[in-house]
Amino acid sequence: MWWRHRERIRFKGSGVRLLRMQGDKDMKKTAYMGLFAAVAIIFGYVETLLPVFAGIPGIKLGLANLVTVILLYLFGWREAAVVSFIRILVIGFMFGNLFSILFSLAGAGLSLLVMVLLKKNGGFSVAGVSIAGGVTHNIGQILIAVCVVENVNLFYYLPVLLIAGLLTGLLIGILSGEIMKRIPGKDLT
Amino acid sequence: MKKRDIGLIGIVLLIAFLCWFIPYVRGQFTYEKAQLRITVDGEEYGVFSLEEDQVIRIGDTNVCEIKDGYVTMTEADCPDHLCMKQKRISKTGGTIVCLPNRVVLEIVSRESSEGPDVVAS
Repeated sequence: MWWRHRERIRFKGSGVRLLRMQGDKDMKKTAYMGLFAAVAIIFGYVETLLPVFAGIPGIKLGLANLVTVILLYLFGWREAAVVSFIRILVIGFMFGNLFSILFSLAGAGLSLLVMVLLKKNGGFSVAGVSIAGGVTHNIGQILIAVCVVENVNLFYYLPVLLIAGLLTGLLIGILSGEIMKRIPGKDLT
Repeated sequence: MKKRDIGLIGIVLLIAFLCWFIPYVRGQFTYEKAQLRITVDGEEYGVFSLEEDQVIRIGDTNVCEIKDGYVTMTEADCPDHLCMKQKRISKTGGTIVCLPNRVVLEIVSRESSEGPDVVAS
């Protein structure tokens, strides 16, 4: 195949370096990652338009996590982590502030970690993995909130946030499962 | 959905229930002897009675109001105003938080606001 050949490129004074031309597969993956990142950012934007749920701030549907869950299943945790990180930074700078970026990173990091572990050796379906992700996302955020305001009584929110994470995680999990059934997943990777 | 998923849902529900039920049984959610405690940056700003209606300025950043035993945040200079959208609170355990300004309004019972062992930081 022509793209397997290595091309020699001469730099001024630095001798010869090898540059492997990107394979067709890699390019396809890069393109899909870009698309997924764009979709995640759009989801994040759509969510900022939705009103805050009944007097309880911080409860969101987590639409952008749809992308994270699908990426986790189709590609792997590295791709999911990279796309989440890009999405959080972009959404944070466009609509939020440094606080919201910090919160999102804490929640996303913890939830991705738990989702990866459960997916590897839990025997859960997409819905179960996503529920764990939703719940731990909220736990991560409340941990950061407790550290920020230095007040442990915030844990009174925990039951509400657990149930909210359960419901949104379940919804996102079912949706991701249905989407993955319908898109030609094996062509992507 | 597998059996394990259902199990996971059950565990989460159980933990959520316990997190609510244990403080409830211990009588931490009551109207009686409730006071408003305001904390800024982890330090106590002041304790106020819920019985008289008043407007409290918290530094230069936030304003909260006590009316008919309910507390609401009426003004905040933060960009998102999430604290102002939170429900009014009246029972002990209720909290309103303004994260950017690190202001916490919470309802505490009279005893616990005096005891040193409950103050958490």
